[in-house]
Amino acid sequence: MSEVLQTNYSDELPKRILEEIEKVAKEKRLKKNEAEKLTEEVKRRYFVSKFEPGDAIGIIAAQSISEPATQMTMRTYHFAGTAGIKVTYGLPRLIEIFDAKKDPETPMMTIYLKKQFNNAEQAKKMAEEIVEKDVSNLVSNVSLNLNENAIELNVFDKRRMSAIIKVVKEVFTDLKVREKDHTIAFITKDVQDIKELQKLKEKILGIHVSGIKDIMNAVVRREADDWIINTIGSNLEKILTIDEIDGGRTITNDIHETMQVLGVEAARNLVIGEALKTMQEQGLDVDIRHVMLVGDIMTFKGAVMSIGRYGVAGGKTSILARAAFEETIKHLVRASIRNEVDEFKGIFENVMIGQVIPSGTGMFDLIAKFDE
Amino acid sequence: MTEIFLDGRYIGGTKEPEKLVKDLRDKRRTGLLSNQLNVAFHKHMDEIKILTDSGRVRRPLIIIENGKPKITKEHIEKLHKGEITWEDLLKTGIVEYMDAEEEENAYVALRESELTNEHTHLELDPSTILGLSASFIPYPEFNRGDRVNYGAKMVGQSIGIFATNYLLRADTKSNVMVYTQKPLVQTHTHTIINYDNHPNGANVVVAIGCYEGYNMEDGIVINANSIQRGLLWSYMYRTYEAEQKRYMGGQEDVIGIPQAGIRGYGGEDTYKHLPEDGIINPEHRVESDEVLIGRISPLRFLGTMDQFITGVENIRETSVRLRHGDDGTVDRIFLSETIDGTKLIKVVIRDLKIPEIGDKLASRHGQKGVIALIVPQEDMPFTEDGVIPDIIFNPHGIPSRMTMGQLLELLAGKVSSLSGKYIVAPAFNPVPEKELRDKLKSHGFMNDGKETMYDGRTGKKFTAQIFIGNCFYQKLDHLVSNKIHARSRGPVTLLTKQPTEGRSKEGGLRLGEMEKDCLIAHGASLVLKERFDSDKTLVSICSECGLVAIFDKIKNRKYCTVCGETKIIDIEMSYAFKLMLDELKAMMIYPKVVMKEV
Repeated sequence: MSEVLQTNYSDELPKRILEEIEKVAKEKRLKKNEAEKLTEEVKRRYFVSKFEPGDAIGIIAAQSISEPATQMTMRTYHFAGTAGIKVTYGLPRLIEIFDAKKDPETPMMTIYLKKQFNNAEQAKKMAEEIVEKDVSNLVSNVSLNLNENAIELNVFDKRRMSAIIKVVKEVFTDLKVREKDHTIAFITKDVQDIKELQKLKEKILGIHVSGIKDIMNAVVRREADDWIINTIGSNLEKILTIDEIDGGRTITNDIHETMQVLGVEAARNLVIGEALKTMQEQGLDVDIRHVMLVGDIMTFKGAVMSIGRYGVAGGKTSILARAAFEETIKHLVRASIRNEVDEFKGIFENVMIGQVIPSGTGMFDLIAKFDE
Repeated sequence: MTEIFLDGRYIGGTKEPEKLVKDLRDKRRTGLLSNQLNVAFHKHMDEIKILTDSGRVRRPLIIIENGKPKITKEHIEKLHKGEITWEDLLKTGIVEYMDAEEEENAYVALRESELTNEHTHLELDPSTILGLSASFIPYPEFNRGDRVNYGAKMVGQSIGIFATNYLLRADTKSNVMVYTQKPLVQTHTHTIINYDNHPNGANVVVAIGCYEGYNMEDGIVINANSIQRGLLWSYMYRTYEAEQKRYMGGQEDVIGIPQAGIRGYGGEDTYKHLPEDGIINPEHRVESDEVLIGRISPLRFLGTMDQFITGVENIRETSVRLRHGDDGTVDRIFLSETIDGTKLIKVVIRDLKIPEIGDKLASRHGQKGVIALIVPQEDMPFTEDGVIPDIIFNPHGIPSRMTMGQLLELLAGKVSSLSGKYIVAPAFNPVPEKELRDKLKSHGFMNDGKETMYDGRTGKKFTAQIFIGNCFYQKLDHLVSNKIHARSRGPVTLLTKQPTEGRSKEGGLRLGEMEKDCLIAHGASLVLKERFDSDKTLVSICSECGLVAIFDKIKNRKYCTVCGETKIIDIEMSYAFKLMLDELKAMMIYPKVVMKEV
């Protein structure tokens, strides 16, 4: 039977739908003509729900996303008294995604572990390891010893002392070191001024000791069978080099970072996923296909573009449409200098001059030409 | 050393700040210092602020000493008898005015029962926490807070008698209600501010129920006969002004009937109702765009050369006309002079506004609605006693808004109308619900305010009993007759040839950006084109250079003035676009129109 379906309908229905029909037919033990009938009905509905040529899917997607988003304005900002980590969500996050902001306000990662490491112990260990620590994180007290021209550090954990000394020595090779109990003293000779000593102190405190850069915090969470590490701060490139990590599922919420590390397809999926997630968190049910269209539009040129002046809207072919949107003078002057031609193929410019728009019923013309 | 500031200026220091402040206050209370002086000691800043300047908001409080108010029963009795006045209380240090700064040092009790030894002041009444408009609302503490807010806002929009001298005034626009009433359920504020002189609504009988769905979504079903009896009628007054201005060169406006032939002359009929002096007579019925004051003005610029030679005066008709869409009766006319000594004429037009479908009414509990149906009295439901409600209020307006104060007002209003006495229900200290219920029962009614009612159309008894009572309703200054507007064809603006904007200019209703997007989303391209062709024009374009060509009427041919080309093509475009092309040309940008045969 499957052969029959494959041969008869493979041109008309997607493979996945055919497979699903097959599965159902098997489960329900349908006869051949019944399966045929089912497929016919599916085919009918499939074509009914398909967009017709000339449908303004862009506008429909925009309306389908922005109408519920208007309700979001009223709902966000109003979580009084919620303690915990500040996360951008709701409308500000949605704007961040569609504007393709270079640095998201709250970069975060969701890290999955490989099967053999997928347990609480490993996850906790990993979480501790990846958090970025510089000298200041490991030190309880810092003081300046002006007599000796020394900077004295009180270290929390004695075991870390050697590590600290090692990294500091790497950066400032000519510092003298003296260890005593929990204290490390870095003695310098070239600095005379308190101000400069102070500067040196800041520099030393800022030296990276362990962990992965930019990962500021990591929390372990259990979800179904997985032990997941959620981090504040993101560094996909470095995280992916760790052996224990399941690179296939680990994600960041930084679109540009994803774009750089994993490429444009991954960035597209992230845009779709994040936008959809943000809206679903707010209880807004938007069909994924609208969001997919936005994701496609933002990435189809091979790089992530924002929806706006410098991205999608600024890339319109029509001069008039661009001029009407933002930076009117810039576009008009540029067009006149370069002797550009507006083809009047878009919607906006045709509305402007009062012509029938090339969309919907206005998309089609009689091709045949008759002699008079 | 504590620093001392007088009205924000540093004047010195003291080592005993607390003593200084106490002394100053004592002196103020005994009348040695002005009672408009306020002192505050800010301990954390270590500074004393003495304030005597204007613009501070202050409120009176009763002074407390050793946990006891300084005002006694004797004081109150004497006040009632008129033996002493408020001023005396102020002078003898029984009450004082507190400003925002001194408030920092005060510990104010809201009620007498809450007083402790630490308190320094006592509020005159707990309801003083509310502002003026909010304190008009009875039983406010039974409403959700935002409803009191909305209610207070709408009190401000209500039509009443805004000033007792309204007949002598010439406000640009004002509304005055005809048959105002004093609310049956009121607050102390009504007495304090002399409410009888400027009331703002009427008491109506409200039944809570439905009427064929006409009071869905805050619709109001109102009794036609109540309206005919004068319920919530009001007058709208609008003042029109004309000035006889003087211009440079000794010219001046002439007020009178314009002569035929003057620029802008409206025709004989336009001025036939004007008396000789050009100012309309009182009690004359006027309609939209009719001339109220005839006037001609000299133009700012000299006319054309031949006008100058022939000596035709360059003047223009500038009569004052009634606003488009308005009508009414001339109520009164003021003749006066401006500061510059020119003649000033003010014509006040009065227009009767009888409640009609679309007018906005509101109770005092943030429960606003729009009249949706006017029902003849015989079709309204009635009670066993024959009481017919004025308004039917939809019960769906209650649960989500939780305006229990409205229900209590209905109950209290009913008690009031039965007993013939006003019910006083200010914030935090009202007549309790139980008392209302008992009184209602003693008048032979059900204590929950419900009554058996009958359908006015069929005479059948309703299965449910209906809550009915008296409530104070206000008519808000959002009357349909001032807002109703529609247009099919009409005036266009000179510059863009697009329809004008706004009701007063008989403007079109804009199909906006988002509405446009909807038409696109539906694929209705041709509808979209039709909607946007209000300014479409045929423009002759030169096929060679793509610029606008001209039509020579004498030679009856079109040609291009730029390249001389005679192959000219007419194309249809929106005038606004043609205007944009012209503007681009003015900016030295050459917008060449390239045409293609379709």
